[in-house]
Amino acid sequence: MAENILVYLDCFSGEVSPASWEAVGAAQSVKSEAGKINAVLLGPRAQEHADAAFEYGVDEVYCCDDASLGGFSAESYTTQLAALIKVNEPDLILLPGNVRTRDLAAMLAVDTQSCVIPDAVGLDWENAAVVTRPVHGGKFLQKLQAEKAPCIVVLRSRVFTVPERDETRTGTPKTLDLVDAPAAYEVLGFTPVEGEIPLTEASIIVAGGRGVTQPASLNAPDNLESDEEKEAWLAQEGYKIVRKLAETLGGAIGASRAIVDPGYVPYQYQVGQTGKVVSPDLYFALGISGAIQHLAGMQSAKTIVAINKDPEAPIFKHAQFGIVGDVFEIVPKLIEALQER
Amino acid sequence: MKIVVCVKETIDTAASLSLQDGSVFWGDASLIINPWDEFAVETALLLTEEHGGEVVALSAGGGEKNEALKHALAMGCKEAIQLSAPEDMQEKTPVVPSMLAAAVQKIGDVDLVFFGRQSTDEETGLTPPQTARLLNWPALTQTAKVIAHDPQGQTIEVERLFENGRQQAKAALPAVVSVVKEICEPRYPSFMGIRKAARAIIPKWELSDLELSSTVDSAWRSLRLDVPASRTKKVEMISGESAADIAGTLVKRLLEEKVL
Repeated sequence: MAENILVYLDCFSGEVSPASWEAVGAAQSVKSEAGKINAVLLGPRAQEHADAAFEYGVDEVYCCDDASLGGFSAESYTTQLAALIKVNEPDLILLPGNVRTRDLAAMLAVDTQSCVIPDAVGLDWENAAVVTRPVHGGKFLQKLQAEKAPCIVVLRSRVFTVPERDETRTGTPKTLDLVDAPAAYEVLGFTPVEGEIPLTEASIIVAGGRGVTQPASLNAPDNLESDEEKEAWLAQEGYKIVRKLAETLGGAIGASRAIVDPGYVPYQYQVGQTGKVVSPDLYFALGISGAIQHLAGMQSAKTIVAINKDPEAPIFKHAQFGIVGDVFEIVPKLIEALQER
Repeated sequence: MKIVVCVKETIDTAASLSLQDGSVFWGDASLIINPWDEFAVETALLLTEEHGGEVVALSAGGGEKNEALKHALAMGCKEAIQLSAPEDMQEKTPVVPSMLAAAVQKIGDVDLVFFGRQSTDEETGLTPPQTARLLNWPALTQTAKVIAHDPQGQTIEVERLFENGRQQAKAALPAVVSVVKEICEPRYPSFMGIRKAARAIIPKWELSDLELSSTVDSAWRSLRLDVPASRTKKVEMISGESAADIAGTLVKRLLEEKVL
């Protein structure tokens, strides 16, 4: 089993991502009895999360909250981490997965001449890390064994279990000195997605496809001239039903490529092989037929509910619950039933 | 101005794949340019159409007739170069970023290197940041928009798409940029472009041409490939007298199964 594991706790804009604690849980599952789990926190207000790290079972916490680490660049974070790894010599490094940490892990492997495996859905130890990851849009699972140390593993979020929190556990964080590195680029700003749960962190997702773009009860206003404008108007009105159900459930919204490509819904909501890969507890597929590329993005959801007019839609082969019917008839009633519960 | 765009040949994402002797088998499905890379080619072409210059397409691996390079040429890239290394090396070692970085340096005078955010086969997304790190150039990954590109002042300003928002960043050139779908709409190759691509003789650079060693320690070994266990339960179809009836039953079942 692993003797010395380093967990990167992803602290962005002062907040630690929930998946960071899942990484601590993953570390505990492959740690030897006498093994250590250390954690590193970089970025503004990182130090504030050290107590939580101890409570989740981390042995040592290394922090650097130098102002120059604000805004995030994988380059400068890599330099800090590489310096720590040189001293700390972990045999396994775990990072919670997102687009930023994947860059960080990739560069870290270059700097430390080690091995990096992203998007892990399974983690084991047989003299070295053994990692399972989906390939080809989830059509296959590949099992890899690291042949270089340390092995850097990026974990898919919402797969590994957050450990029990023990509020009696305490410790004193160690401050890391900032390693000077020229900035790779200048961060001019950051526009957060306000009031929305990121798709990859959501436990409930409501997604819409082509079937939500044609609400039968509505007509596009006459001041729209072209058919294209009318179609877009109808699609956006229709998509409101997705938002409403998501609001009722406290979930995030998603979309299939069929309604992202024509520009009805912004790309950031696309679920699928060329969008986001998600694994929520509950996934509502409204008017989504279930093309293979869409399935690649959501088939690991624990429970899938599909509502579609077409009884032959492939999505029904992957759902636990299926309803053949019109989204615009079923979903309003579903919202009512959920509100009454 | 010279822009390099790195493309990969992948299996059509709509193909039905199976396992044969532990390897992925795609039958007679077609090989295509990695779908993300079309957006990278388009972005590179748009920048040269605005500011002048040319686009060189690079691809590591792929078959004798690398479809990714042919597609990039058909879209309008001036030149294409295929990089080759023994297949087992490409699988187990991070040799692709080293090859791409060395090739970019061999081409010389390159301002920008574009990538699609990841490939649809291995789906690691590691190649763009690793190539950038090896070149010691900034990596502007997940770019959704080029806000400004100034070839004279040698800067580029982009907007990057993170899970929780958008980062605006400005880097000095040369730089590596990986793009997401939002950035543009790739053009279809023209008839003339397709003809030109079909006739093109694509030079091949081996490891020795790139002054890279052919003995690299492997980083991992693949133990096995499996087909994921399919859902064992059959779908439970819910029907009823009315929409309200159906909705009520669904909520009841979700509560019973402790999903809600």
